[in-house]
Formats: sequence, C-alpha cells, structure tokens
Amino acid sequence: MEFELFSPAFILLIAAVLICLVKGHARTAVILIAPIITLWAIWQIPDGVQDTIKFLSYNIEPVEGSPLRRLFATIFAIMVFVGGLYSFRIARWYELAAAFAYAAGAIGVCFAGDLITMFLYWELMAIFSTIVVWCGGTPGARAAGIRYAIMHLLGGVVLKVGIEGVVVGTGSIQIQPMLATDFSTWMILIGILINAAAPPVSAWLADAYPESTPTGSVFLSAFTTKTAVLALILLFPGEPVLIGIGLFMVMYGIIFALLENDVRRILAYSVVNQVGFMVVAVGIGTEMALNGATAHAFAHIIYKALLFMSAGVVIYRTGKNKCMELGGLFRTMPLTCVCGIIGALAISSFPLTSGFTTKSMISQAAVDGNLMWVYMALTAASAGVFLHAGIKFPWFVFFQKDSGLRPKDAPWNMGLAMIIFAGLCILLGVFPELLYTLLPYPVDYEPYSIGKVLFYLQLLLFSGLAFFVLLPLMKRTMTISLDTDWLWRRAAVAVVRVVERVLISSGEALAKKRDRLQKFLQRLAVRYLGQPHTSDSKERGVFARSWPVGTTALWIAGLLSAYVLLYYL
Amino acid sequence: MIDEKQLHWLVRPSTIRKLWIGSSVVLALTVLAQTVIYIKGYFGFDAWFGFGAIYGFVSCLAMVLIAKFLGLFLKRPQDYYDKPPEDETLAPSQNKVKESSNGV
Repeated sequence: MEFELFSPAFILLIAAVLICLVKGHARTAVILIAPIITLWAIWQIPDGVQDTIKFLSYNIEPVEGSPLRRLFATIFAIMVFVGGLYSFRIARWYELAAAFAYAAGAIGVCFAGDLITMFLYWELMAIFSTIVVWCGGTPGARAAGIRYAIMHLLGGVVLKVGIEGVVVGTGSIQIQPMLATDFSTWMILIGILINAAAPPVSAWLADAYPESTPTGSVFLSAFTTKTAVLALILLFPGEPVLIGIGLFMVMYGIIFALLENDVRRILAYSVVNQVGFMVVAVGIGTEMALNGATAHAFAHIIYKALLFMSAGVVIYRTGKNKCMELGGLFRTMPLTCVCGIIGALAISSFPLTSGFTTKSMISQAAVDGNLMWVYMALTAASAGVFLHAGIKFPWFVFFQKDSGLRPKDAPWNMGLAMIIFAGLCILLGVFPELLYTLLPYPVDYEPYSIGKVLFYLQLLLFSGLAFFVLLPLMKRTMTISLDTDWLWRRAAVAVVRVVERVLISSGEALAKKRDRLQKFLQRLAVRYLGQPHTSDSKERGVFARSWPVGTTALWIAGLLSAYVLLYYL
Repeated sequence: MIDEKQLHWLVRPSTIRKLWIGSSVVLALTVLAQTVIYIKGYFGFDAWFGFGAIYGFVSCLAMVLIAKFLGLFLKRPQDYYDKPPEDETLAPSQNKVKESSNGV
C-alpha cells in the first residue's frame, strides 16, 4: 500500500465525517478511537519528505516528517483525544465534527512539506474553527464568529500574497527558514502572526473564544495559535523582530487579563501572554530557544486546555461566567477546583509543574544570548502570569466570597479528562526528560538546581503576596475593556455611518436639484410645445399655435426678397 | 455575628488568620533560605539578597497599577458593544464605570 501521501490529518477528517453519519455509542467510539489511530499514524512517519506530486509546475510534498513536526502533531492528537473525552456527552455532533476537522487542519499543517499544502490546511483550520465559534449558538457568538472569520480569512489572504511573492521570487515552494527582508516574506510573517494573535490584532482571540460553548473553547485554545508558533519555528527562526512582538504580547496579555471580569476571557488573554513567550523564543532562535518554544507549546496546550476545562465545567454547571457572579465553588466542586489550581500553577511555572521545566528553557536561552532586558522582562512576566492567571483565576472562581452557588462537581468524563491533563502537568514537571528526549535538538539543560528553584519561589510567592495585598485595587467590575477591536467594531462602523450620512444628504441635495431642473424643463416645454392632449388653441405652446395665413405670406415674401437680393450681390 | 461553626472550615476567620501567619512564615523562609542556598545570578544583580522577592513584588505592583490606570480609559459597561452607537461620538466618551463594592 502506498501510504506516503496519506497525511494523518485525513484520519481525523474521515472521523469528522463519521461523527456526522453515525449515532450513539458508535459516535462515541469514533470520537475516542480516531485520535488514537491518528497518534499511531503520526509516529509511523519517518523523517524527511515522503513523496512528491507534480501539481501545475510545483512539487507538492503533502507529508514531511521531522521530530519538531511529530511533536506538535502528537500534542494535537492528545488534545483531540482528551478534548473529545471531555466533550462527547454534552457537545452537539456538529460541534464535535467541526472540532475534529479543525484539528485535522492543525495536524495537516504540522506535516505540510511545502507552502501550498500548508496554506490549504491553514484555511481548513480557519473555516472549521469559525464553525466551532458559531456553535456557541448565541447572537453574540454569531457576531463574534463573523468577526473571527473575517480576521482569519484576511490573514489567509495576506499569507497567500506572501507565498505567491516567494514562489515568484525564488521559484521554490519549500518550507525553509527565511528572514523578513522583503515584501513577500513580510506578508508571510504577518499572515502567520495574525493567527498567533500578535499585535495589533490580538483582540480577535479574546473576542471569539469566550463566545463558544464550554467545550468549544477547550478545542479553540489549542490549535490556531500553536500552529502559528510551529510555522514561525519552521519559517522564521531567529527573526529579531519577533522578540519585540513577543514581549509586547506577554505584557498585553497580563494587563488585559488583570482588567477582565469574564472567566474565559481572562484565560484567553493569558493564551496571548503564553504565546508571547514562544514568539520571543522563536525570535531568539538558538537551538535552546527553539527547544524551549517547542516544549513550552507542548506544555502550554495541556495546562491551558486544563484551565479552559475547569472554567468550562463551572460555566456548564452554573451558567455563569463572570468573576463577580462566581466564588466559593470549592465547597461543592473540589475536583474541578484542584484541577484548576494545578493548571494555574503550571501556567505560572511553579516548580514541579510542566510550566517550570519548559518556560525556564526560554529564559535560559535569553541568558545564553546575553539578552539581559529580555530575561528581566520574561522574569517580570512570569511573576505577572502568577498574578493574572495563577491566582486570579482560581481565587475569583473557587474562593473569594461565597456566591451561594452550590453546583455539582464535574460529570465523570469531564473529570477524567481534567485528571489526565492535570496528571500530565505534574508528570512533565517531575520527569521533564520524557519531553526533552522528543525535542528537535539535543537538550543539555538541567531545569532543577536548588538556587533556581529558590529564586522562582521567591519571585512567585511574593507575587502572590502582591495579589492579596493589592486585592482592594482588583475589585472586579461588570465591564469589558476596549481593545484594538474597537477600531473595527465601533470606529469603522462610525466612519461607515458618516460616509452613509454624507452620501444620503448629497443624494437628497441632488434629488432637489433634479426636481427643479425637471420642473424648469417642463415649464419650457409647456410654454413652447403646449400641454399635451389639449385642443384649445389658447393653451397651445408657442410653436404649436396656428398662425394666420396673412402672416405666413408676409414672412415668405420677406424671405423671397432677401433671396433675390442675395442672388444679385 | 455568624457562628463560626456554620462556615466551611476553610473560610472561618480563625483559619484565615492561621493561613496569613503560615504564609508569612513561608515567605520569610524563602528569603532567609538565601543565606544558606546560593542563587547563581546571571547578570550580577539578580544574585543580590532577596532580589527575586523584591523583583516579583515590585513588578506585580507596577503591572496592577498600569492596568488600573489603563482601566480608567479602557473600561466600558459590558453591554457596550450591544447597544447601537447612536449617541456616541467618534471618540470613546468617558463613561465613568462605577466600581462595585461586592467584589471582594
């Protein structure tokens, strides 16, 4: 059998179709078994380009293996399995089918050997992630989905322009490291960065993800931004501009999460924050940094999904998603609470969690590159992460005041999914070698030294102290925060409205002028040609009156004498 | 006065007091431990005594204050985008958002 052209993404695509066709236990079986087959298929792909097809004049390489690509695909497949386990009982079939097709797009990007294949899977992700957002079902979700789709299709167009430029310029559609030096490479970089939620369009993420269903946001948090990180690692390692962009994302995520009241929006902003760490690492571009970006993406998908799962259970059980309406849930939701805290500790890179063993590689890469300010900024950001996600999320949801809510804890499947991911967070924190051996470059890094652990404990625990000391400053308000999306949600609307008003008033002025012109012409016509259909000679126009014969004879005599006169001259 | 016994043990004032005392001790220990444990600084100053603690606290303070300051300009009622922008001028107006006191 020829399987060289068979991307593991097809397995999930077939599963997505099957989810639509079958029902009941068969559907559950598809949801749980397809990701495992996909995972198996991912590890059957050897290194290098598997086969090429000639399409037009391009060599398409649908499947290319490498440790980096396999690692991203692996975590995506694990994510589909645990996400499927989490959602199969409450999510509707079309949401699950869309989520599977979306994940297929992400895995397809992982193995794409050329830019054209990558672009196709990229658009597949855009389409089906939009459907996952729409599955939120509310008017808000519909509107957010449209904004999300416009943003991603626009990003796709920018990416496509860049790819065309590179193909015309170099004649190659190979995925290979490049730097943003000319128009087309900049376009590719911008197209990818839009998916990474980089400034100035970071707002799409916090706009769309919290509008989806509690299960949908678990899937959404995993794929789009992390495939963008993979694409950056493959195409733009060591691109210096990424360091600045990444640091901005890190700080943006913290500041906006601190202002936020909606639980899932806090988590969405911290996705931007965490992806910022990875973007910085890609910008540093050393082997250590790229290892760090890869490892951090792997760990991040796990703990971020865990946090979204924990928030999802709360929203599913209580129907509330605002910090102000929640609180005190630890009494009746101990499992969700503990899993949420483990995810929160992992995202804050507490020692013994996966965040510590992966994020510290990025800091180490900054140290190795002698980038003092980057290192200091990342360290401050680590403290900030503990502040905005590590404590703020569990505190406001599970502790804080007693909201009087006494919801039941998670259903068994959601609880199991959370336990699996919470276990992975701790497993990768205690035995980081499990992940290190899979990284693209050889790892010569010891995460745990007693001095470093002590430094991070000081840093994090005193951030925790800062949180509780500053609590009066962090009272939640029933508010949202303006972001750059104000530009297209309000300013653009206002501009359109102004243009509309100008057009309407000038249209009215024109209509008035036209009316007057019409009336004037009509008066002229009536005067000279007369009213239509009138027999009364007095009402006839100047040209239509019957004139006496004598007058006519006089005129003719005059004309003839003028003629005779002219003839003889 | 609510009877302490009716509250969950974790939210009783006495427990909260013990938690504050316990965490203060832990915080002090993490700093004092630096007298016996050597922190290898990468840039010199990050090996100073208690640097991690001060840096963590100060950067969090700065971020909260910056967020607070930006919040003055950026916060809007949560139905801001739901209402048609009829009465709005092009620039966002300064609708002062009232802080609710039942937060914490």
